[in-house]
Amino acid sequence: MRPAPFDLIVPDTLDEALSVMTEQPEQARPLAGGQSLIPMMNLRLAVPETLVDLGRVNGLDGVELRADGTLSIGAMCRQATAHRHPLVLERAPLIAEALNHVGHWQIRTRGTVGGNLAHADPASELPAVMLALGAVYRTASTRRQRTIGAADFPVGAWSTALNPDELLVSVEIPPPVPAQHDAIIEIARVAGAFALAGAAVSCLFEGPICYRCRIVAFAAGPQPVRLAGAEEIATGTRLDEATLLDVAERVASEVSPFGDGHISAEQRVRLLATVVKRALARAGARQ
Amino acid sequence: MTAPETRSVSLQVNGRLATHRIEPRLLLVDLLRSLLGLTGTHVGCSYGVCGACTVIVDGSPARSCLLLAASVDGAEVRTVEGLADERGRNTELQQAFSDEHGLQCGFCTPGLLCSLTAFLEGDPNPTPVAIDEVIAGHLCRCTGYSGIRRAARRAAGLPLTAERTKP
Repeated sequence: MRPAPFDLIVPDTLDEALSVMTEQPEQARPLAGGQSLIPMMNLRLAVPETLVDLGRVNGLDGVELRADGTLSIGAMCRQATAHRHPLVLERAPLIAEALNHVGHWQIRTRGTVGGNLAHADPASELPAVMLALGAVYRTASTRRQRTIGAADFPVGAWSTALNPDELLVSVEIPPPVPAQHDAIIEIARVAGAFALAGAAVSCLFEGPICYRCRIVAFAAGPQPVRLAGAEEIATGTRLDEATLLDVAERVASEVSPFGDGHISAEQRVRLLATVVKRALARAGARQ
Repeated sequence: MTAPETRSVSLQVNGRLATHRIEPRLLLVDLLRSLLGLTGTHVGCSYGVCGACTVIVDGSPARSCLLLAASVDGAEVRTVEGLADERGRNTELQQAFSDEHGLQCGFCTPGLLCSLTAFLEGDPNPTPVAIDEVIAGHLCRCTGYSGIRRAARRAAGLPLTAERTKP
């Protein structure tokens, strides 16, 4: 099938794009790389009245290191660019590792980091990774600019804290800490398919001891979720086998996944316990 | 209903400038097939999963069913028709597909050729794993992937019977 008719606006600047979003907050829908929105339009699951193609907006696709060590990734940075970017590999290798799982190369050449985050698919890797890394989302509208913490940006399945007139501008990742080791594990039916279950972890070590960790599950409910109980069990340990078994046992009480045509909710819970355990083991093995 | 708004787009397609007035909703694949008659690019799923419609946009492979033609105004596009030289001689990759039985019905072939062409141009000495990751972005439902994998390895100058790899 093909998209239903729509009006197309192709702004050159962020200000122009934001003006359109302000003038038509109900009708206008931003188009980033289109690797989720265009299929939805082809299937007529999405029928926007007005598309605002952000592909030509200047200055939205940069990757830069700020003076305070924060890594800033522009919303329109192509996933393939972020995947191989030296600053991403050095400052936030977890993002590059996660991008291995985002579609295929042929999708990542067009798909953008910001589009992925703003699409907020429950099975999506990047929103989970941003939560594990403690990232901050930077947004803009004609009224104001603001920042939103990674825990507050996705507010449900395919739903974010963005107002209708607001655009995501960048995502800001805090500087890595010495002896920080991160990992992501997901299980999917085939490479490039949606995750059936996934976990992203970020662990800080002092000697062999993990003294702080963030454990995030995805495809585990409407939005990625930090597993506070599992984190508590893992903290202060060597992430040894016995600890990981305890952690895995705790996972079931902290997630509320949905079942679908591919997998039941119960099976998803078992897979989530497995990926959390494997992700912690992988992070631990990296120190 | 009022007539839909149209706009002019210009693309370099296989080295030739193509300028058309189009509706915003026209997909790149339909511009290629219906307006330019370049039917070598196939439409499989039309939602990005199968890879049959993959073409090369500004040097990178992209699903032409997931791109608005208007979004790629000014871009340089290569399709399967633009791979062989002007006398119609196959590229090394195309010849390897022929020699290694890398196709049967041929539906997935144009997309695979475009992806692998762009990939090998960017990385002339790839690992077998990297080749498999590129092939994983395409569905083939008749030949199977062995011949495709052999063809890609031959074109990359790798041994044809490398170890089994996990995509």
